Amino acid sequence: MWHNLARLAGYRGLIQSLVARELKARYRGSVLGFFWSFVNPLLLLSIYSFVFAKILPPNATADNMPYEVFMFCGLLPWTWFQASMLEGAGSLISGGNLIKKVLFPAEILPIVTVLANLVHFALGLLILAGFMVWRQHFPDWNELAWFPVIVLVQLVFTLALVLLLSALTVHFRDIRDLLANLMTFWFFATPIIYSYKMDNVAGYIGYFNWNPMFHIAVSYQEVLFFHGPFGHLRWLLAIGGVSVVLFVAAYWVFDRLRDSFAEAV
Amino acid sequence: MNVATPAISLVNVSKLYRRYGGRQFATLKSALLSGDLVKKLRPDETFQALNDVSFDVPRGQTLGVIGRNGSGKSTALKLVAGITKPTSGTVKVQGRVSALIELGAGFHPEISGRENVFINGVMLGMSKREIQARFDAIVEFAELQEFIDAPVKTYSSGMYMRLGFAVAIHVDPDVLLVDEVLAVGDEGFTHKCLDKFSEFKRRNKTILFVTHSLGMVERFCDEAVWLDSGHKRAQGDPTRVVGAYITDVERQEEQFLAATDERSRADAGSAPGPSSAGPADASDVAADMSRATEGRWGSGEVVITDVAVLSDQGQATHIFHTGEPLTLRLRVEAKRKVSDFVFGVGIYNAEGLCVYGTNTDIEEHESDSFSGEAEVRFEIEALDLVEGTYKLDVAVHKRDGAPYDYHRLLYTFRVKSRLKDVGIYRPRHRWGFTGGITLRSRA
Repeated sequence: MWHNLARLAGYRGLIQSLVARELKARYRGSVLGFFWSFVNPLLLLSIYSFVFAKILPPNATADNMPYEVFMFCGLLPWTWFQASMLEGAGSLISGGNLIKKVLFPAEILPIVTVLANLVHFALGLLILAGFMVWRQHFPDWNELAWFPVIVLVQLVFTLALVLLLSALTVHFRDIRDLLANLMTFWFFATPIIYSYKMDNVAGYIGYFNWNPMFHIAVSYQEVLFFHGPFGHLRWLLAIGGVSVVLFVAAYWVFDRLRDSFAEAV
Repeated sequence: MNVATPAISLVNVSKLYRRYGGRQFATLKSALLSGDLVKKLRPDETFQALNDVSFDVPRGQTLGVIGRNGSGKSTALKLVAGITKPTSGTVKVQGRVSALIELGAGFHPEISGRENVFINGVMLGMSKREIQARFDAIVEFAELQEFIDAPVKTYSSGMYMRLGFAVAIHVDPDVLLVDEVLAVGDEGFTHKCLDKFSEFKRRNKTILFVTHSLGMVERFCDEAVWLDSGHKRAQGDPTRVVGAYITDVERQEEQFLAATDERSRADAGSAPGPSSAGPADASDVAADMSRATEGRWGSGEVVITDVAVLSDQGQATHIFHTGEPLTLRLRVEAKRKVSDFVFGVGIYNAEGLCVYGTNTDIEEHESDSFSGEAEVRFEIEALDLVEGTYKLDVAVHKRDGAPYDYHRLLYTFRVKSRLKDVGIYRPRHRWGFTGGITLRSRA
């Protein structure tokens, strides 16, 4: 297993090429190109903005804070997470041709999915920056140093889940359908369209604490949106530690099932 | 690297494929409820693709692997390529391997040929710089200079295949694995590929070659291995192994044809009686005969009890080579004494075209009397037919055509030929040349 992990480093060039291919292939032939990745979140954003900022009593965020910026801070990482999960779970099946016909470490496929979506996430940050300039709401610059750490934690956490799910999906195809429903549930269980600072959320904090995405989303919001100290740092680091353990476990399972892929996909 | 170490070495290799029969529709829930997930991943059935196979390919040698479909050839190749692992035994390969198994397997249809060359090259183990250096050679080899910047989805299957082949062959492997890829591509490209293989051989590279083209094995390979349902049946000199393989294939074909004939005869029923179905009215017979499919009918006063197609050694067989003698032996029995009888034979090709038909009446044998049991022999001195499957009509009927016992297309034989000439009939012939023409025999 450790040997395989080390070998993976040797495939950097291939991973890089495949991510580039993934991105190029997706937007080849479409006029708006990568912008399409944000039509869906932007649409969501406009609807939720309307509902939460205009219809419902404006208690989502602290007074005179721009709701759009707040929500985008949570929605962007969530989109990365969700797309990675949904695409990644089926990545071994859709890439079956490669696994069966080419000598090729299978874990590259789910990893490429997560990384390609990370690139989308990075591009989406530009849109977020645009929103911030428009609404004249800027983060605390000194806290921004923690931003890469949050991304890293989310990356490890997502990779762990996607590796595990992709391997299991080869044998249990219904995971993909199950996952689509689970992600909707998970979305609402994560403070993206509402703020964790609301009193109602505090009442359920015991439940929320079990959701790793809760801590990741809150971390993004504290760093990118809210002013004041980064109080959630300890939770973030804890989730980071859990993610590393989870990743090792997921890779172990993946490695155990590896030989069955070429025959089962 | 030690010269004595073989480039490819398989030692007691077995490969068990698991067949997940009923598990296809099992759900995660049931797997979780039943407890151990890993336990549930155990197969319901297994299929032994390779069974204790060992062979070595020394460096610089070309080994041909032959065998029927499903004999384990491709599995052996995949094991050498490292795509699958053996269930038991060891597979050792020295040096860089390139597998021409699924050409262009990693191509993405939406992006250009150029980008695909790079990604495919990286996938096959080349570095970016190596690909850069060989890019022009790859494109030239694939003959795709004009289209290299077009998305691969616009390529024809031939272009796709050529590009895949060009990339794989420019990996410059120490060990090249080839799986039946030359079947595609036009004549010119096939020649180019063969030239490339020859070049590999000259440069002392090792080639493992899986194919159904036995001629190629004889021409190209230093050694051949014959796999039969996962077992190694023979290994050694290509001509000898190919010969043994062909003999075995013919034996199997023989069995298959015998079984087919058996079945159609069983369907046609036993000796006909007066009540048996079929055109009883003599005037209908001529019209129906050409239309009727296989079957058996007649009044049953005279029956053909046994039909045998015999080789020149007098053995019943279904396989003949062009130009060999063939004897048709009919055992007949007259239930009562008859004086009006004609024996007839017809040969039809697979399309149902009558190749030849004759009977004793046409050939001016006047029937006199027949009672009890007898034997009729129809001897063909040389079966001058081109390769193909042929069916036989045999009949005994009255001079006006009313059948006693008519066997329609119930017997099959196959003619094999080394030459792939066309048509039906091969007249005995030879070529003659005078003047400035010189030819060399390829045989």
